[in-house]
Amino acid sequence: MENEYRLEMKGISKSFGGVKALTDVDLCVKKGEVHALIGENGAGKSTLMKILSGAYQKDAGEIRIDGEQVKIEVPKDAKDLGVAVIYQEFMLAPDLTVAENIFIDRLSQGRLINWKQLNKNAEEELVKLGFGDIKPTTPVRNLSVAYQQVVEICKCLKRNAKILVLDEPTAVLTFAEIEKLFQIIERLKEQGTSIIYISHRLEEIFRLSQHITVLKDGTFVDTVATDTIDKQKLVNMMVGRDMTQMFPKRSARIKDVVLEVKNLSAGSMVKNVSFQVSAGEVLGFSGLVGSGRTETMRAIFGIDRKEKGEIIYFGEHIDFKDPKEAIQHGFGLLPEDRKQQGLLLEQSIRVNATLTILNKITNKFGVINHAKEKKYVQELLKKISTKYGSTEDNANSLSGGNQQKIALAKWIAADCKCVVFDEPTRGVDVGAKTEIYRIINQLAEKGVAVIMISSEMNEVIGMCDRVIIMRQGEITGELKQHELAEQNLIKYAMGVE
Amino acid sequence: MMEAQKKKIDLKRLLIQNNTYIILLILFIVCCVLSSNFLTVMNIRNIALQQAAPVCVAVGMLFVILTGGIDLSVGSIMALGACVTATMMAEHGMNMFVGIIAAMLMGCILGGITGFFVAYTKMQGFVASLAMMTMARGAAFMLTDGIPVKLEKGTLDVLVKKEYGYPIILCAALIVLLFWFIQKYTSYGRIVIALGSNSTAVELAGIRVKRYLLSVYAISGCLAALAGIFIAARSSTGSPTVGDGQELDAITACVIGGANLAGGKGTVIKTLMGAFVLALIGNIMNLMAVPSYPQDIIKGCIIIAAVLLQLFTEKSEQTV
Repeated sequence: MENEYRLEMKGISKSFGGVKALTDVDLCVKKGEVHALIGENGAGKSTLMKILSGAYQKDAGEIRIDGEQVKIEVPKDAKDLGVAVIYQEFMLAPDLTVAENIFIDRLSQGRLINWKQLNKNAEEELVKLGFGDIKPTTPVRNLSVAYQQVVEICKCLKRNAKILVLDEPTAVLTFAEIEKLFQIIERLKEQGTSIIYISHRLEEIFRLSQHITVLKDGTFVDTVATDTIDKQKLVNMMVGRDMTQMFPKRSARIKDVVLEVKNLSAGSMVKNVSFQVSAGEVLGFSGLVGSGRTETMRAIFGIDRKEKGEIIYFGEHIDFKDPKEAIQHGFGLLPEDRKQQGLLLEQSIRVNATLTILNKITNKFGVINHAKEKKYVQELLKKISTKYGSTEDNANSLSGGNQQKIALAKWIAADCKCVVFDEPTRGVDVGAKTEIYRIINQLAEKGVAVIMISSEMNEVIGMCDRVIIMRQGEITGELKQHELAEQNLIKYAMGVE
Repeated sequence: MMEAQKKKIDLKRLLIQNNTYIILLILFIVCCVLSSNFLTVMNIRNIALQQAAPVCVAVGMLFVILTGGIDLSVGSIMALGACVTATMMAEHGMNMFVGIIAAMLMGCILGGITGFFVAYTKMQGFVASLAMMTMARGAAFMLTDGIPVKLEKGTLDVLVKKEYGYPIILCAALIVLLFWFIQKYTSYGRIVIALGSNSTAVELAGIRVKRYLLSVYAISGCLAALAGIFIAARSSTGSPTVGDGQELDAITACVIGGANLAGGKGTVIKTLMGAFVLALIGNIMNLMAVPSYPQDIIKGCIIIAAVLLQLFTEKSEQTV
């Protein structure tokens, strides 16, 4: 009898020290299907995949591939069994060419390399995926992120991977690139590869997958067929509560104009941008990735140089020459990439939380009052309801959602009058998202003018009083709350009439 | 049962967190066993006098390393510091304190120049300080015409005299204390460490990163010049060859003390311990009359062993 399942993971358990990461989790993936694996951050998805790929050892349970029980003790075992994992950070050598990266294992065999043959083989592999337009001799550094991902997939597939794990593959891609990725996934599925697809984006999951397995707090919730469930039910399964309260209500009163920007231009990404935002208001900035929203805010914040334009802040003409000056004026900015720009991952939660307010906890000689700092940090963490072990733990010991809350906390601590949040919920799970929205609401209710840059349309619609849409460095539209709808946003963002 | 297990984990943690001290302790015991001359007042005093200079340099280096940089110029600035003070005192008959302050100021400025290039032109610290290393050494030779400047008895050498309470040892101890305090209790120390972890995040948090970056190199240069004076005091000469290779010893001390060359990790006290580890290795081999060339080989091996242990314990720290 032929086995229906390509991969069966049954009763998998794993603990770290005393903490249970996975308890009795099942995951069964059929041949040639896309199987979505979802759950909040910290639900155990990554741990489960690391067990599959041999990075971690399971404590209990069994793994079968094509019906046969297998032992995966080191990453090589998984590779030999045809399991390939594409992580968010690619394992590519940027200065080597496409062909060299795809066949990097051949390079280490110590024989002379037939470059012609290598490039030809690489081209064949790329054509198989439908990407014959990638030149095998291009250095990987020169490729777009999406194409780099293609190379990474190619590298894994040429080892005849039967099971391909994609961990948040679209997080770094643009709309057009995502389409290309989906084409590859469809093609691989037809060729009989089983794909485990991890993503926070429910639209993608509904579009691609045949089955969905939901994890919560390290336990198995259910595996369901995608066509038997809707979004709302799925979200309820993930968080174990009703998510009609996804976007909490806000009772802020919109008052005077805090910031007015007139005809701002900076570099090639910001052209003649004008807008204003008032105290207590949440102003959304929508648009495609690369439409100039981040660059606009960077220019105002004093990171990038302005070419022309006026900034009027509390009725005064100002020109922040660096972030310090902006922050002294109560203007804060939460950068979009928390790992690269927002957090000190290797430092403690405490150090991260007080980075913007060091002057408030030091005396005039710059000596830190540790007792005051401790009190400050604890009050702050309570305000943002963050889960943490100790304030001395490193920031990278936290889940993505909690990391983001710490990054946010800095700005709450700094007592800003106007804050820009750049993609505040990117890569954050559903539960943490709601809490971040609540924090933003609290700020608005306190009379802070909030600017929220977001590429997620439902978030913009659910959260903002008013939305400005940018395209190619220019403002193409402005929508009031009652006009907010996906079609309108897309219309302005894509420039269709 | 659980209690016992918990105790075991705590003990393991304790060992891991204090591995630098444990390395030093083991080395100390080994030294005591190997040579009866080791644990004598005279030998310990010698070690202390010898180490005053390297400790100062290592502390300055630590602050640079914390930001993710490196300062290769310290050895040359030591030489220049020694020569400047010696020349001013011996050839121009100036007061000792004037000479010391002038040399430290000079070190501060040279370090500041390196720091300027690192902070404001984004030059790599390795490259900028490499250039400064060459220039400072050249300047030291020019100043002295390549001939060591002799200092008379009773001038600079008072800094190593018992009657005055061994001023250089006191001074080095004060510097260690000062920088320990700066690192632990001031926002300056906090920002320096934060810089090495993620300078973009620090800048976006409204901190003028460049000034801090420049300042650590200036501090390093200043402490290096002071260390050069210590050496001049001990030998009663200002020689342009002083401090050759001292930058590497300073980096080694930081690394043995658990500092990460990528920045963001390391403490003053552990760096001090790292410097002592190096000192004990050198001292015990001298006492055992190991010839100088094999000494270097043995020293290298011990450094590798110490750092391996450091890396190994770091790894197990992550899985705890």
